[in-house]
Amino acid sequence: MSEPLFLVGQHVRIADRTPPAHHRVPSYAKGHVGIVERVCGMHADPEQCIRGDGKPFQRIYRVCIRQTEIWIPYEGSDGDKLEIEIFESWLESAE
Amino acid sequence: MMSHDDHDHARTFQPDHAEPTSDAALVGLALRQLLIENGYYTADEEQTVIAEMQGASPKNGAYIVARAWTDPEFKEYLLQNGTESIKKLGFELAPYEFTVMENTEQVHNVIVCTLCSCYPRTLLGMSPAWYKSKSYRARVVREPRAVLLEFGVNLSDDVDVYVHDSTAELRYMVLPQRPAGTDDWSEDDLAALVTRDSLIGTQRDLILK
Repeated sequence: MSEPLFLVGQHVRIADRTPPAHHRVPSYAKGHVGIVERVCGMHADPEQCIRGDGKPFQRIYRVCIRQTEIWIPYEGSDGDKLEIEIFESWLESAE
Repeated sequence: MMSHDDHDHARTFQPDHAEPTSDAALVGLALRQLLIENGYYTADEEQTVIAEMQGASPKNGAYIVARAWTDPEFKEYLLQNGTESIKKLGFELAPYEFTVMENTEQVHNVIVCTLCSCYPRTLLGMSPAWYKSKSYRARVVREPRAVLLEFGVNLSDDVDVYVHDSTAELRYMVLPQRPAGTDDWSEDDLAALVTRDSLIGTQRDLILK
């Protein structure tokens, strides 16, 4: 199991890209910055599975983003949050 | 032979499911057949998994909630490591990680899978139709308070909403708040209060029966 690239509390940006095939990042979350809420385990990444390169396992993180950062305007409180699972290859540091 | 005068076909007739005609459905059927023919799994194994899924119900989740309400040590472990703590109660969760989100006076949690319809079937059984609807999936991330209001959950401004989008290999369950006035209740009676919707987060207050 590889060491996680990101740690709890770290600011990360979700990549804004659209691969031609199946991937697990919904459009609304792309390009946004959040905080790593939890470092999860290694899981088979469907994006890599379909390429058949034999190394489909990747770290998953739960990323916490403020709703007011994603949706403008947003009807709710400033404390409202969206928490989402993102594979490591979709994240970059935003410190 | 049964008389035809004693029952009403208009009431008992159930239409067949439509035969698959879309390309995607036909590819799915062909893939299943190939997987079975090539020995990746057997039709029996498939039937077993379907039966397990159909056998699961929100009672599983309710049992875990009642345990958490009555055993503070278990609750702490459950919130910290959902997967391991739930496995210890005898549930088969692989390959998923389970995460339990606690409702408090300040926080309300709600679960969705915007990309498809991932659902904690082991703990909640089959998902309701609305959970899979495009409307719920699109709107609960965009306007959670409006959607919750339609479910009868009227949140004040001092309660924050946390929406959990189940996009990959985690599955979620909400730990609802224990209702007041249940201090001396047994675990079984407490579990009977817990509804499916309260475990998804589209219900907040549990009602004493």
